[in-house]
Amino acid sequence: MLDVRGLKKVYEGSGRRVEAVRDLTFTVEAGELVCLVGPSGCGKTTLLKCVGGLLTPTAGQVTLADRPVSGPPPGMAFVFQEYGRSLFPWMRVAENIELPLKQKDLTKSRRRELVADALESVGLTDAAGAYPWQLSGGMQQRVAIARALAYEPDVLLMDEPFAAVDAQTRADLEDLVRRLWRERGMTILFVTHDIDEAVYLGERVVVLSASPTVVQEQLKVDLPDERDQLHTRVAPRFAELRTHVYEQIQAAKRGTPEDAVTKSDTPPPH
Amino acid sequence: MRVLLRLFFVVALPVLLVAVWWAASSGSTDPFWPPLRTILKTFPDVWTADRLRTDVLPSVLRLAAGYALATVVGIGLGTVIGSYRRVRAVCEPVLEFLRAVPPPVLIPVIMLFAGIGDTMKIVVIASGCVWPILLNTVEGVRAVDSVMLETARSYGITGVARLRDLVLRSASPQIFAGLRQALSIGIILMVISEMFAASNGIGFTVVQFQRSFAIPDMWTGILVLGLLGFLLSVVFQLVERRVLGWYHGLRASTRRSQ
Repeated sequence: MLDVRGLKKVYEGSGRRVEAVRDLTFTVEAGELVCLVGPSGCGKTTLLKCVGGLLTPTAGQVTLADRPVSGPPPGMAFVFQEYGRSLFPWMRVAENIELPLKQKDLTKSRRRELVADALESVGLTDAAGAYPWQLSGGMQQRVAIARALAYEPDVLLMDEPFAAVDAQTRADLEDLVRRLWRERGMTILFVTHDIDEAVYLGERVVVLSASPTVVQEQLKVDLPDERDQLHTRVAPRFAELRTHVYEQIQAAKRGTPEDAVTKSDTPPPH
Repeated sequence: MRVLLRLFFVVALPVLLVAVWWAASSGSTDPFWPPLRTILKTFPDVWTADRLRTDVLPSVLRLAAGYALATVVGIGLGTVIGSYRRVRAVCEPVLEFLRAVPPPVLIPVIMLFAGIGDTMKIVVIASGCVWPILLNTVEGVRAVDSVMLETARSYGITGVARLRDLVLRSASPQIFAGLRQALSIGIILMVISEMFAASNGIGFTVVQFQRSFAIPDMWTGILVLGLLGFLLSVVFQLVERRVLGWYHGLRASTRRSQ
């Protein structure tokens, strides 16, 4: 579905040359929920923007459904971390969700349908007529998610979407993403710096190294499909996986892979 | 009760000032400084329905035309200049120069090619009003949030939709700040342009009364100008409340959460 091959991004400006992403290769299969996790400042956002066509990579290629990405492709939707700056404060919630749909060839009634359906999915039917700034942070991010849902993307890109909300809201939103993914069979690429979040959400976790970024490890999360905050997070397997990812991140910060064995798909049970 | 209190705060100072004026001028024998009583008595005789039609209406129409022209040109050019860094680099020095020239100085120049009719006055009003609108639009368009721009890009919102639903809306608080400044400049230029080579208008009437030593009548003209300015600013506020309702709400909600 989504294929990232040899991606490299170098920022050049005023004599300084910053290699943000060195060489990234990974794929996301259709219907998969993949979490990208890495140490802070490792170019996660740069990577996601390259994938979303918002930045042009220096080298390498991103392909979505066998078509190379050279600008924002119509089959992708983006959920930004800064929900407050991503929703338009002069539009009501329903208008915000409908705006991207106006660029598509849809009838008015179909647009209405999509908006109502997306709002219902995130549990905000009552907020359709409110302005974003009248809602709490968590609700605003739900609106941003609803906007992405209504757009009916092939791939949903989420850039640390819950980094700015409080812990309880965050747990709710994580469950919302899991539920939407299972209900709608979407493909989701989720970037986070939170190891627990990556393991809890993902079917697969891609661990990135420190900048200049390469893939440190790819890890299959063999937790059951049915996850919940209460039980999954105290399951022994969850603890093993998060410890493993944590070690990998620490190793990434030092700049060495932990050892050759950890290149395997799934860490052995301790 | 609360409404009454608010009404009291609104009218208290104007009432006080009028009272002071009334008391201070009541015994005045200075012909240039007539008692307020005399001025108010003269008012209905001077500003008859006929005069409103022959002098106030032409003034207001010219102001409206000049202001509208400045709005269209200011927002249009401002959007172009604000959107492209290169255009901005080329235009900035010229804009700084033109902005520094006081518009009344241009009246003799504008008279040379626009004559002494309505066109001249409209051009003068527009040439003064355009600057605050233009410069505020440039700043507003430049300051559009980068995350919003990326959001629009990622959802394929481009061209007219991007301009209408994102750039201009986002710049609208700044644009309105410019429009407000332009309104007071416009009223000033409306009066000044009518003091040069005019045959009607409020400014013309005031000068005419002054030259014929009809001093109380002249004072009523000044009152009319004050009232007109007040009325226009009330109308402006009503429009602004409607268009920028979201902005005031947003500001109030950020203040609360801090």
